Amino acid sequence: MFSPTALNLRNRRRERWFRSLFLLTTVILVFPVVAILGTLIAKGGPILSLEFLFTEPREGMTAGGIFPALLGTVLLVTVSLLAAVPLGVAAAIYLSEYAAESRFTRVINLAIVNLAGVPSIIHALFGLGAFVLFLDLGTSILAAGLTLAIMNLPILIVATVESLQAVPKAFREACWTMGATRWQTIRMVVLPNSLTGILTGIILAVSRAAGETAPIMFTGAAFFIPVLPESVFDQTMALSLHLFVVTTQVPGVPEALPYGVALTLVGVVLAFNALAIGFRTHLRRRKKW
Amino acid sequence: MSRRHAPPRAERKPDRRDLGWYVDKAVEVAVFVGGVSAIVFVVGIFVFITREGLGFVTGPFDFRQFFLSPRWRPTSEWNPTYGILALFAGTASVTGLAMLVAVPFSICAAVFIGELTAGRTREVLKVLVEFLAAIPSVVWGFIGLSIINPLIINVFDVAVGLNVLNSGVILGLMAAPIMTSIAEDAFRAVPETYREAAEAMGATRWQVTYKVVIPAAKNGLLAAVLLGIGRAFGETMAVLMASGHSINLPTSVFDSVRALTATIAAELGETAVGSDHYRALFTIGIVLFLITFAINLTADLVIRGTRRKE
Repeated sequence: MFSPTALNLRNRRRERWFRSLFLLTTVILVFPVVAILGTLIAKGGPILSLEFLFTEPREGMTAGGIFPALLGTVLLVTVSLLAAVPLGVAAAIYLSEYAAESRFTRVINLAIVNLAGVPSIIHALFGLGAFVLFLDLGTSILAAGLTLAIMNLPILIVATVESLQAVPKAFREACWTMGATRWQTIRMVVLPNSLTGILTGIILAVSRAAGETAPIMFTGAAFFIPVLPESVFDQTMALSLHLFVVTTQVPGVPEALPYGVALTLVGVVLAFNALAIGFRTHLRRRKKW
Repeated sequence: MSRRHAPPRAERKPDRRDLGWYVDKAVEVAVFVGGVSAIVFVVGIFVFITREGLGFVTGPFDFRQFFLSPRWRPTSEWNPTYGILALFAGTASVTGLAMLVAVPFSICAAVFIGELTAGRTREVLKVLVEFLAAIPSVVWGFIGLSIINPLIINVFDVAVGLNVLNSGVILGLMAAPIMTSIAEDAFRAVPETYREAAEAMGATRWQVTYKVVIPAAKNGLLAAVLLGIGRAFGETMAVLMASGHSINLPTSVFDSVRALTATIAAELGETAVGSDHYRALFTIGIVLFLITFAINLTADLVIRGTRRKE
């Protein structure tokens, strides 16, 4: 074997040095995730209990649980999914299976990119102008859910297009050759083979919708409501807004309470994210083609 | 090439219009509607915020005052003034600091995750970056208020810890993950042959990255920075809670500021629908929409430009 020259040694040293530097930067960047989770668990963990999750807030939100907020978040996310999933999947099917490479398709893609980049407070303004006032839905679960749906549309479209594109062209061709129509091919071959990918997108959308605050502020979420919502035309409390309210709007809240709310919110969001990541890893491993 | 399984030809016309045919056409129309919806919503957003804000632009709107006056006093009884200069300065200062934090960190992280590591380390780091991106903005705001605020007060010995520094760092951390993942995509788009060619010349991994991959991915990195700016610019809850929310033309990172987005979030609930104040807030919305639209459009053109070259 040959012995390393001075240049080799210097390069190797430099290599090691840069690698450590970049590792350090990356670790510093992701350290807050660990620190935040640690702090939230340390300070909010003790207050977290089934009672905290399933009772109503008492004494002007300075005591009691968070049940109405939790329920409200579930309702808002459900409404937003019911609206966004069919539309998003349809849009993705169009882009992946029907649309030709044309200027019009380019405009649609541009619109999706821009829709994803619209600030959340602008979605709130749109929700207020379009759903609450113009469609006269009032500040309601329906209006807030629809606002969240539009926010989530780009995520769903992008995730679905990606998983539809992952189905090999040969699958479709085989199906067409058998005399199936386009839709039969999509329903019998393309969709079943991309279902896990679409589900991953939906789970990510759940996580995003559950955490958003600004878009629901003026469209359907309220600071405090003494009764649970009875229909989608009622207002509701929401976990994210509740965190904002107990940290900034209510005096005399015991320190642990907002930490408990924050921990619940982060827990829900990260749980769904982890689920999506798990799905994706599973999908990659099981890939047959 | 046996034709034993072929259907009897004569009974089936090639263009039969049975139920399947109609269903197929119906679906084609339905998914087309879905595809167009993205355009409809982007246009709809612009139309509806303009519809609500138009009364202000055609009414008490004074171009010079609106863009050049630092006085945002919409509730003054005698002489309400609507100047967004200070709010703009607030947003710009926080976004600027956020980029100082996010650009080096996210690009370094993208280099490390994309080029210098592999296997389990890479997977774990990617998941952590994804978690960083997933933390909701209201939780960041809460962290700014309850953890970073006392930290800044203690470390720098200042009276208030809710300022440009606090919200800038938070926005930096919020924008970094999206920039990391776009930068990583840009690195991945660099053809493997480039790296192989450099390695064949005896370049080390770092030399390959620094001399070959980064220059080749430069446009993608630019797009990553632009989208990060867009993200930080439009962030609402975190800035509302961590910036101090007081109207200021900041002179240092320890000044409290107020952002455009935060102003809308804080004041919209207290205005009467159709009042000047309400319409002025929607006008701020129009400004925000146009700025983020321009940023996103530029980023998209930059990315598209790189793809075409390949």
